[in-house]
Order: sequence, then structure tokens, then C-alpha cells
Amino acid sequence: MKLQKSILLLAVSFLPLCYGFITENSELESTYLSSNEDIPIYNFESLKPLLNTNSDKVHIVNFWAMWCAPCVKELPILKEYEANNPNVEILLVSLDFPENIETKLKPFLKKKGITSKVVLLDDPDANSWIDKIDPNWSGAIPFTIIFNNKNRSYHERAFANLQDLENEINKTIKDN
Amino acid sequence: MKTNNVFFTAILMASSFLITVGSYAQDRKGPPRGGGHNPEQTKTLEEIGGYKIGDVATDFKLKNVNGNMFSLSDIKNAKGYIVVFTCNECPFAKMYENRLIALHNEYAPKGYSVIAINPNVSESNQNESYGAMQKRAKEKGFTFVYLADEGQKIAPQYGAVRTPHVFILDKERKVQYIGTIDDNARSAEDVKVKYVENAIKALEKDEKPNPSFTKAIGCPVKLAYN
Repeated sequence: MKLQKSILLLAVSFLPLCYGFITENSELESTYLSSNEDIPIYNFESLKPLLNTNSDKVHIVNFWAMWCAPCVKELPILKEYEANNPNVEILLVSLDFPENIETKLKPFLKKKGITSKVVLLDDPDANSWIDKIDPNWSGAIPFTIIFNNKNRSYHERAFANLQDLENEINKTIKDN
Repeated sequence: MKTNNVFFTAILMASSFLITVGSYAQDRKGPPRGGGHNPEQTKTLEEIGGYKIGDVATDFKLKNVNGNMFSLSDIKNAKGYIVVFTCNECPFAKMYENRLIALHNEYAPKGYSVIAINPNVSESNQNESYGAMQKRAKEKGFTFVYLADEGQKIAPQYGAVRTPHVFILDKERKVQYIGTIDDNARSAEDVKVKYVENAIKALEKDEKPNPSFTKAIGCPVKLAYN
């Protein structure tokens, strides 16, 4: 009898917790359906595979953040390039903070009409991974990698305009 | 039967709780934050310009938030200098404000003062104006000088590319360390390596800081010379 009571108590005490989690989860799932509503959080090791490809398609990986003014200014250039070149693979690696995904990042992307894939890199000891991406990178953003399976270039600066970006892509991706 | 039901409910509840928690944990990919990787830097700031380890850094005369002009030579009996390029608005700079105050309070009496320089000061940006700097210094109770690098005369010479960006100079103003304050901007509690503090401790022992060069994500210095 005593045991029964304590089990009941245990069950009851778990109840609110479960509901909390379940509701939160189903909310999350429902948002997966709309475009760019799922922003996964990566660390450097899990991001690394996305910085290489076997394909000869043009890939652009852009490190940026909402708090970085030149980055925000550059986003429309990437967006325009993507619109003109649907075959390009663009990945926006946000260095914003995980706690801001729902409240700031998603509304920001929606407002700017950004549909490129966005992931969030949360790996605080940047000194340990900046060199693994590019030893020439100081850590300042925006920082962009243009690559395919054969060629690769790194850009620690904001592209001035579409022409600038196209030039860099053409310089990098020579033989296809 | 009743006992069974209760048991069943309890197990169901407990397991569903554990499953949800488990799936949550998986949402955040990857290993523990921080991690003991090799902090050594392979590259100098040569490509960017600015100082290399061992170069003698320039002194300067910049306006402090208290209205006076300030030079490194104003600090009497300095054993070294913790020169930090920082600003008002950058979230990374803000996250380090309290740690800069703590550093200054700890090490200024030992001969190593924090000297904060804002390379982004601009009268056309209300958040980075001299007045905004004064306000921020007052709000946060900066115990160190906070200088306006008007016309960006000093940051390019040092090679400051992001905020915060630290240059530790020894008594002779020779650059002994360039880089980040520690290995975790977002959470002071989770810091594993205090690069700046370790560098000062090395200098106190007459040793070379190791590492003497680190990198970090930070806000880009809005360089006029870019």
C-alpha cells in the first residue's frame, strides 16, 4: 500500500513535466514544415563535413551573425546570386547565440526573406577551430568559403556587390 | 489490478519523460563545449598588417571618457599594459566587460593596467559616439581608461581586426601576446583557459607567454582603411 502511494506520487509529479515536454516538442515539429524554420545547432566537428563536397556544384559557406553589420549588409548579395543561380549550394553559418534562435534569428530571416539553409555554430573555443577552417582567418566575420570538389577559396571580407561575388566565384571555380 | 495500473502509468510516465529528455539532448549536436584543443596559433598577423610578437608598440595620445588625454607613458611604474580594442555595441565586447574590470582590478595594482580603446568611435553612430562611450563607462563602472581612437589612428597600427582584441605589451612596450581574453566568450563560468591572465603570469615570471597568439570570433573592427 505504501509502495503504491509512493509510485502514484512519483507518477503524478512527472505528469506536468511530461506535458511540458510533449507540448513543446509538438510545437517544434509543426514548425519543421515551413521553410527554414529548422535551424540546427552544430559544433565545429559536426559542421566540418559541410565544408567539403564531392560535387562539382558551386558551394558557398558564409559565416555571419545578426550582430555583424557588414554581414547583414552582405546577405542580399548572396540571396541575389542564389536567385540567379538556383544550382548553387549556399549555407549560412550563423554565429548568433542559441538562445536567440526562436526570438530573433527566425524572425530576422523571415523579415529578410532568406531561404538559404541556415545552421548555427555554437562552439565557444573558437581559437581551437578557426585555424582548422583556414589558418589565414583572423576570426572576424563575414567570412566566406567558395568551393566545389576541385577548387576552394577563402574570403575574410564582405562582398561589395553581386559582380564582386561572381568574380570571386569565377576565379575560384575554373574548370567546369 | 489497481497496483498494476499504477505501476504501468508510473513506468509510462517515467519512460516518456526520459525519451523526451533524451531526444532533446540529441538536438544539440556534438561534444561538450570548450574542449582541450590545441590553442597554439600557426599564423601571425602579418597578412593583415599590424604588430607581430616582439614588435615595439606605439604609444598614443587618445581622449579618455573623463575628458583627459591619455598615453601609456602616463602610467607610472608600469610593468606592462593590457591594451584591449573594444567597443560599446558588439555583443562579444559586452560579454567581456565584467571580465575586463576584474582583470584591471586584479592586475593594475601589480603593474598591468587595462587600457581599453574604441576603434569604432564615430559621431555619426549614436551607439559608438564619444558620448555613448562615456555613458557606457559610467553604467558599467569601468575602472580602467576607455579611449576614443578618433580617426582610427591606432587600431590599424596595432592590427586590431575584431572586438575585443587584446595586445599585451611588456614594460618596454614590446608586444608579448595578441589575441583573445579566454576560451569562452559567452560564459565566464565555463572558461577553461584564461589566455590573458596566463600571459601576464608568464610575464611576471619573466617568461614568454605560451600561447602568445590566439584567435576568436568577434565583431569586425569597422576599418576605415579596408
